[in-house]
Amino acid sequence: MSTELSANQNVSVAQKNCEQTRSGCLFRPNVDIIESSEELLLRADVPGAAGKDIELDYENGVLTLHAKVEPRQTDRGRCLLREYAVGDYYRAFEINEQIEAENISAECVNGVLTIHLPKARSAKPRRITVTNSH
Amino acid sequence: MIAARFPFSNLDLFRGEVDRLFEDFFAAPGSMGTRQTGRMTVFPALNVWDNGDELVAEAELPGLSIENLDISLMGSELTIRGKRESQNGKDTACHRQERGSGEFARTVALPYPVNSDAVDAAMKDGILTIKMPKAESAKPRKIEVKTQ
Repeated sequence: MSTELSANQNVSVAQKNCEQTRSGCLFRPNVDIIESSEELLLRADVPGAAGKDIELDYENGVLTLHAKVEPRQTDRGRCLLREYAVGDYYRAFEINEQIEAENISAECVNGVLTIHLPKARSAKPRRITVTNSH
Repeated sequence: MIAARFPFSNLDLFRGEVDRLFEDFFAAPGSMGTRQTGRMTVFPALNVWDNGDELVAEAELPGLSIENLDISLMGSELTIRGKRESQNGKDTACHRQERGSGEFARTVALPYPVNSDAVDAAMKDGILTIKMPKAESAKPRKIEVKTQ
């Protein structure tokens, strides 16, 4: 099974609750969210952003991703084909599951950001042993 | 949080307008007009520019390394081929799957002949940059005008 390959979509400023000080456009990165018994795993396509450029905040159950991308391709000669624009990535998620906020970890490899959100002990599946009573 | 879209709501219509404005902006002169309704019809999207001595092509290919790519030059046609494997395991629950996977290939015709022996391709943070020096015949040349 393969899903259609597509570039990240443009996000309108209206979708972000506050305005930013830097001009330029924001993109909504494509994400995969996968749940296992231990954690929620979020992968986002943020080509052009390195780990140091990514701000990741978790507050009141909302995970906010803001990846800053420095403008490239400016003053670099004559443009022949322009099919995408370069800009920051922004997206926020409301996390409904109970997670251990202090153990959230993330890494960015080849323009893919992976965020591990470990589940809280209370949210992990547990098997309860039923004992016989006499 | 970016809320799920409710079909035909006024807000959604407004958003659609805003998105379209942005897209029209990006589909400015020089574009081949491939950006339609926010989704790319071809993959990967390419930006190509002319530096004077070389042509530079750039594509966003997150999750791929240079080893996963096959870049070839036939005459003045540049082809980028590759495959992005899905990393999502089968025994996990997938709540969202927006990142595509599978094979892709794209060929573009270059406007000038290039020196195929000196082509340089590099990958950094999911951005592929291909530098193609122009063939001698295609380089700009200054012609000295003699005065008699």
